[in-house]
Amino acid sequence: MRGEVIRRVRGGIAALVLVGLVVAPWVVDDYTTSILARTLALALVGVSVALLTGVAGMPTLGQTAPYAAGAYACAVVGSRVSDVGVVQLVVAAAAGALLAALTVPLVVHARGVIVLMITLAIGELVVIVLGRWRSVTGGTDGLAGIPAVRPFWGLPALADDQARYLYALAVVATLVGAVLVLLRTRAGLVLRAGRDDETRLRASGHRVALHLSGAHIAAGAIAGAAGSLLVVAQQYISPADFGFDTSALLLLGVVIGGTASVGGALVGAALVIAVRDWLFGVLPGHAPLVLGALFVATVYLLPTGVNRARGRLRPPGVPALQANPPAAPDQATVAELRR
Amino acid sequence: MTGLLEAQDVSVRYGSLAALDGVDLRIHDGQRHALIGPNGAGKTTLLNVIGGSTRPHRGTVRFDGRDVGRLGPAARARRGINRIHQRPAVFPTLTATENVVVAALPRVVGRRRWWPGGRRRAAQRLAGPLLDQMGLTAVAAVPAGHLAHGQRRQLEIAMALAGRPRLLLLDEPAAGLSAIEVGRLVELLQALPRAVAVLLVEHRLDLVYALSDTVTVLRDGQTLAAGTPDEIRTSPLVRQAYADGVA
Repeated sequence: MRGEVIRRVRGGIAALVLVGLVVAPWVVDDYTTSILARTLALALVGVSVALLTGVAGMPTLGQTAPYAAGAYACAVVGSRVSDVGVVQLVVAAAAGALLAALTVPLVVHARGVIVLMITLAIGELVVIVLGRWRSVTGGTDGLAGIPAVRPFWGLPALADDQARYLYALAVVATLVGAVLVLLRTRAGLVLRAGRDDETRLRASGHRVALHLSGAHIAAGAIAGAAGSLLVVAQQYISPADFGFDTSALLLLGVVIGGTASVGGALVGAALVIAVRDWLFGVLPGHAPLVLGALFVATVYLLPTGVNRARGRLRPPGVPALQANPPAAPDQATVAELRR
Repeated sequence: MTGLLEAQDVSVRYGSLAALDGVDLRIHDGQRHALIGPNGAGKTTLLNVIGGSTRPHRGTVRFDGRDVGRLGPAARARRGINRIHQRPAVFPTLTATENVVVAALPRVVGRRRWWPGGRRRAAQRLAGPLLDQMGLTAVAAVPAGHLAHGQRRQLEIAMALAGRPRLLLLDEPAAGLSAIEVGRLVELLQALPRAVAVLLVEHRLDLVYALSDTVTVLRDGQTLAAGTPDEIRTSPLVRQAYADGVA
């Protein structure tokens, strides 16, 4: 079976990538290791963007908002309350989920470009609040000197880049695994059905707004947890970490990776962040321009993403699509961005 | 005797056009009722009002003794009003089995539905026999977007039945089907559980007479006639309406 072979090849590649990520800190220098840890945090936000954009059908430019909420909550707790990683992670995820829950009424009934605009506004508002709420956030100077995290009570603090990177990798692997399991449950099935045809889902008796709210809050929690990893990796945060360019890069990464694929989102987000960091050195001052051009090219040339390009091919043993088929939802997702 | 569905004095206006004007309709448990009439008579609009996707400007809709006028399509589906659309509405990237599972989820019963995964397992158990009944077992694992039009229609009927309907709204179910597929459709609809009431909108009068116990004829948004298929067939008023409608 070709489908089975493809599945095994993908599983093999994922295993190889995971092994490569585990051994990376022994192969590359400390600076690259710290960059990798930061990239992992952003890739996890990318997963939350994919969950909303590809799975739930709500394209978003605002996941930096719960990401920031999680990061600042973690930084404040890390500086004043506890240096235990699990505590910080839970607080950060809760902060991200809370912010997402507060914005649910704004986004859950909107669709397509309207969601993009609303989420963009939410992201920008959060950055403004972070810059002005000096007593808690340190304003535009940010928060520095956050103590090194210890994963559990009784364990030593993660003193070097290598340990912090491995901690981030363990958290990302655990949370991505949890998302993959979630997508196989009833909730994941209903979200995919809603992305295909929301009206039909409603006609079957499902509470669509409730499902979308749940997805939005879950994605907020994931982005919040990613915020805590950023704090662990950098031990410093400022509003500049959560600006519009980060939102746009994340969406670009997810579109490149294929909006409906968690693995694709991870790879896409990591790739885009790596390209950005590389371009900063090669083309100083022009990196945003190149990435913007890449965004436009991606949306027009790869409407289903690299990972989903194979989706245009007919699965083996399946009859060809009949005349007047329903719209392909993967294409619909990016088509929504175009509208 | 109280009907399962009671629509009274239903009126819908689109600007100055009255799509429905004071229509009454009553359907009992298990009744097979057809709505016929020329194009623009208001048949689909009445189906939309009963299904909850269109709000009437006047009139009430009661289902099982309760006013459902303020409820949307999802809440009505949970109460047992399911619909089959003119163009088969399925989830194209989900397999046929997953389509039926999604449709079954909101109406799963039994204590085990509160266990982790219990609701989905219960829905999964429903899906196999329903797909078998519709002759779709061979394509159970195929994404619905790859199914032929007739198969999608059969899948949609399986999805509607998975929602344990008490009233099934059928909006021109034979549209776009071949003669063989129409024959299969009639067999499937005749084999529906007797407890399920059916409201059928259909242009093909041979199907209407084969599938319904009672018929209402609409014209220009108003009830022109109502009665058994034999009464409707011989009614000069109805013949005139169809002659005018075609002309």
